Amino acid sequence: MIQYLADGIVNAALIALGAIGLSMTYNVLRFANFAQGEILTAGAYFTLLVVTVLGAGIGTMGPIAFGWPLLVSMLVAIALTGAVVLVVDMLLFAPLRGRNASRITLIMAAFGVSLMGRNLVMLMTGGEPFYYDFYIPRAFALFPGFEVVPDDLAIVAIAGLAFALLFVLVNRTSMGRQMRAVAENPTLARVNGIDVRAVIRWTWIVGAALATVAGALLGHNTQLRPEMGFDLLLPMFAALILGGATNLYGTILGAVVIGLTEALAVAIGLSGYRAAVTFAVIVVFLLLRPQGLLGERE
Amino acid sequence: MAEALLAVHALEAGYNPSLPIVRGVSIEVREGEIVSVLGPNGAGKSTLLKAIAGLVRITAGRVLLDERDITGLDTHRLVRARVAYVPQTENVFARLSVEDNLALGALHNQDRFDTLRQRVVALFPDLERLRSLAAGKLSGGQRQMVALGRAMMADPRLLMLDEPSAGLSPRLTRQLLTQLTRVRDSGMTIVMVEQNARAALSISDRAYVLVDGREEIQGDAESLLGDPALGALYLGAAPGTRSR
Repeated sequence: MIQYLADGIVNAALIALGAIGLSMTYNVLRFANFAQGEILTAGAYFTLLVVTVLGAGIGTMGPIAFGWPLLVSMLVAIALTGAVVLVVDMLLFAPLRGRNASRITLIMAAFGVSLMGRNLVMLMTGGEPFYYDFYIPRAFALFPGFEVVPDDLAIVAIAGLAFALLFVLVNRTSMGRQMRAVAENPTLARVNGIDVRAVIRWTWIVGAALATVAGALLGHNTQLRPEMGFDLLLPMFAALILGGATNLYGTILGAVVIGLTEALAVAIGLSGYRAAVTFAVIVVFLLLRPQGLLGERE
Repeated sequence: MAEALLAVHALEAGYNPSLPIVRGVSIEVREGEIVSVLGPNGAGKSTLLKAIAGLVRITAGRVLLDERDITGLDTHRLVRARVAYVPQTENVFARLSVEDNLALGALHNQDRFDTLRQRVVALFPDLERLRSLAAGKLSGGQRQMVALGRAMMADPRLLMLDEPSAGLSPRLTRQLLTQLTRVRDSGMTIVMVEQNARAALSISDRAYVLVDGREEIQGDAESLLGDPALGALYLGAAPGTRSR
């Protein structure tokens, strides 16, 4: 069982990394960004591009298979993904916001971006799966009956570091305070001298950065496919809603619950129904606590 | 006579360009004054302040701050021009702590944060005790302190207040008015919209009375306090524009 739970934690880390961007756009821009999965996919493929250019063998990091190449490539990919996201915002979402488009219009626009993004990746890659081509990591026994792959530990550690940096950004910096202010009351934020457009740009960048990390690590753990981000969209939304949509930490907690529930479903022999089991748990939970784990009742 | 810090000329503004709520209003506020904008419900008082703050579209007229044209300036740039606006409702970031609210006020004055904070706490000592609490957990009077304190952290020359006494008890209203005179004495100029005309006039130097989007009466506060026409206006009568 503990082995399954460990897998669940790794899965939760990846879901949470992707879902935070979803939570940030939901709170600051006030719409559900259905293109978040494609941001994750873009991050994974940009990482592949840089890894390919750099070469996978520029250095190793002890027993961790992906080593420095993936980490360095991820940083470059964050810049590329962030740039793409900002261009999409400038060309599509910003003009819609300027015309006071309704939330449903923004959601439909995001759907469009999602479809176009997925098809573009399909067109450019031929739809074939890709791999980062690092050597296959070897599991080691942490204690009898429980084996871990060093890369999985690294994934959880990277996610933990990303969450810690996010915590510092949101709670200890002026930009984080401005993000919270815009999320709560954009008009008062403007009155207060906050440049809401700058805050929105940073929101996209931070969300895209975390999604890129999620995409790269997911790609390393499995494979790169045009649908990889889209397939994670439902768990990401589930984490957002289960955690309480207005609370970033709730989103992380929601991801942990989803990851562990999926792992438990696999452990009890329901791997084919794990999505159904997970959503059954969520539905029951939300019936009891509609505002989510850490959300506030409206 | 001193030059006007704020001069509004023939301002028209509203949510629908074909139906202006503010219709040709002109007001002047001189440095160091407290000026009240009074009038019945729907007179356009709050819309006037929102238009100056860039929150409502101006369709005609001009807004000058120290002779500089700030008509239609982006709301977030107004703070850099040293104008602070405190809305009537939702005027604090409820989920953020009192300290975070004050820090946001000093967004463009980070280097002078400590000095500005000391000045605010000297005026509103309770804020020190409440600093770690979420602003949304505070009482109406305490929230108003946070809202004023946050606005003062921007070190404005002009403070615009929309119904600062709304929802406060008579005791808290008196307290607030005393605090506002202290705020003015600390070097700020105040223009405020108020429903509570008598209370507002008691601390104001001058006042404008709006009716149906136009200024109907203007004059010094003392003479307006004894003016029977003011009461008539609140009852809906519409005398011609007079100056006192």
